Amino acid sequence: MMKSRRVLEFFIEGAIFLAGTVSILFVILIFIFLLKEGLALFRTVSVWEFLAGKNWYPISDPPRFGGLSLILGSIWVTAGAIVISVPIGVACAVFIAEVAPRWLREVLKGSVEFLAAIPSIVLGFIGLVTLVPLVQKIFGLSTGLTALSGSLMLGFMAMPTIVSIMEDALTAVPRSYREGALALGATHWQAIWRVVLPAASSGVIAALMLGIGRVIGETMAVMMITGNAARIPTTLLEPVRTMTATVAAEMGEAVQGSPHYFSLFAIGIVLFLITFIINLTADFFLHRKK
Amino acid sequence: MKKLFWFKKLTVVVSLFLFPSLVVARPDVIQIKGSDTMVNLGQAWAEEFMNEHPEVSIAVTGGGSGTGIAALINGTTNIAQCSREMKAEEKSKVSKATGKEVKEFLVALDALAVIVHPSNPIAELSIEQLSDIFTGKMKRWSEVGGADEPILVLSRERNSGTHVYFLEEIVRKGNAKGPEEFGANVLMMPSSQAIAQEVERSKGAIGYMGLGYVTKSHKSIGVKKSDGEPAVLPSVESAQDKSYPISRPLYIYTAGEPEGDVRKFLEFSQSPQGQEIVALMDFVPLGTGETA
Repeated sequence: MMKSRRVLEFFIEGAIFLAGTVSILFVILIFIFLLKEGLALFRTVSVWEFLAGKNWYPISDPPRFGGLSLILGSIWVTAGAIVISVPIGVACAVFIAEVAPRWLREVLKGSVEFLAAIPSIVLGFIGLVTLVPLVQKIFGLSTGLTALSGSLMLGFMAMPTIVSIMEDALTAVPRSYREGALALGATHWQAIWRVVLPAASSGVIAALMLGIGRVIGETMAVMMITGNAARIPTTLLEPVRTMTATVAAEMGEAVQGSPHYFSLFAIGIVLFLITFIINLTADFFLHRKK
Repeated sequence: MKKLFWFKKLTVVVSLFLFPSLVVARPDVIQIKGSDTMVNLGQAWAEEFMNEHPEVSIAVTGGGSGTGIAALINGTTNIAQCSREMKAEEKSKVSKATGKEVKEFLVALDALAVIVHPSNPIAELSIEQLSDIFTGKMKRWSEVGGADEPILVLSRERNSGTHVYFLEEIVRKGNAKGPEEFGANVLMMPSSQAIAQEVERSKGAIGYMGLGYVTKSHKSIGVKKSDGEPAVLPSVESAQDKSYPISRPLYIYTAGEPEGDVRKFLEFSQSPQGQEIVALMDFVPLGTGETA
């Protein structure tokens, strides 16, 4: 019996070790593959042309791979989503963690987290039939397929991540901090704003970063409601084409091994770098206090 | 002992994940992949064909003409449906990968309707004007005699055979290597359905899609080859007699001469019965003498 237990232990430990290292290995392999395929583009196109060129005509002859409008498209949609989701997300998390009575807290947190379970394609479809006509009507636009529609949708999608992580960070602040602030004569609001939020700042920022990471990587919903016109956006009320939508839309047609194919991987590298930096920042803040 | 039980459970779970791959690899299923335009047509053919030949099973999937060709190259499909002619580059890829020559079969015609909102007073446009609109040179309807409203230009995404066809025939006015491009202001829609929907609710919109998608909420534009010629509305008749300028052939491709059930299916699609289904699916059947 002892022996069989030890053997079992050995196998389980081995399996866990394997599972842990394999995930790292996969990340490295994916990154190497991405680099290998993406950097191949720069044999024919200069890095500057790819990052700053304004014309994205990948299937023309000769093809042009100016990715600026795509990068800006992603940035505009993401920026809009941040402006929308951050204040609401922070307010929502503060309300749940600090203000709401216990029973309401459970209900609210549960339902916000449930939002995360809705597949993005479903949200995209709902956005297409409800949000897009609404945006068109309110702003009197020729089309509702705009960066703003995408921002609203994505802001909504980032909410569960932001609220849930931030609420955890706020509840983790020791009770004595609040009691101390209140005992010194601070109002409830002052205690939240001056004491609890700063004390939880690392978790708050990490929550925002992870929310942003979710936004910039979103594909399907964005492809359905932002119009996908590859031009340099000047306002949120214009159609934009994001990097993710470009990859998703063009991958099927790109001939394997062609510059077009490589250019989509190059977009992948840009996206990877952006989310990597965001996650790194989040990680930095999350561990700063420990 | 309890842990061992979990191990067994794990094995069951893992094998469940592996199982579907065994099912998919069944060799007697004819795979048809490719053009989204042709998915419903392929499906209709397949259903009728399977009614007559219950022993054969056929799976039809879309994804775009390019997806179908890629599948032909990878050997994951028997038949690629294509709403454009295969490029020489692609043909050589197929023969390099499979060692067989690509065989081409013309199976139907598709007329692309240029559509606007029903309230739009414009009734006809020349190819020249369409090109100016889709390149972004003309930005307001007043420039072609309509209301003083901005034009909202809608196109299919680049992964669509329809996109490529419209680019070459209209935007570049038939010169496939011409310098014209879709303007940067053109919205790239993921599906014909999305174009149909957007034209329905936007007064200034113009888009293009297969004849089969046009409903009462859209208005088809008569197309003139050049200024002096009469405008022709898209219809089965005008596509068949080739008077309508934006109609295109739909192809089926196989790697190597088709054999067995695949051959029977191809013959079925080109048979009078198959062509009846083409008409039923709102495509344009091949005129007499075109089935070779």
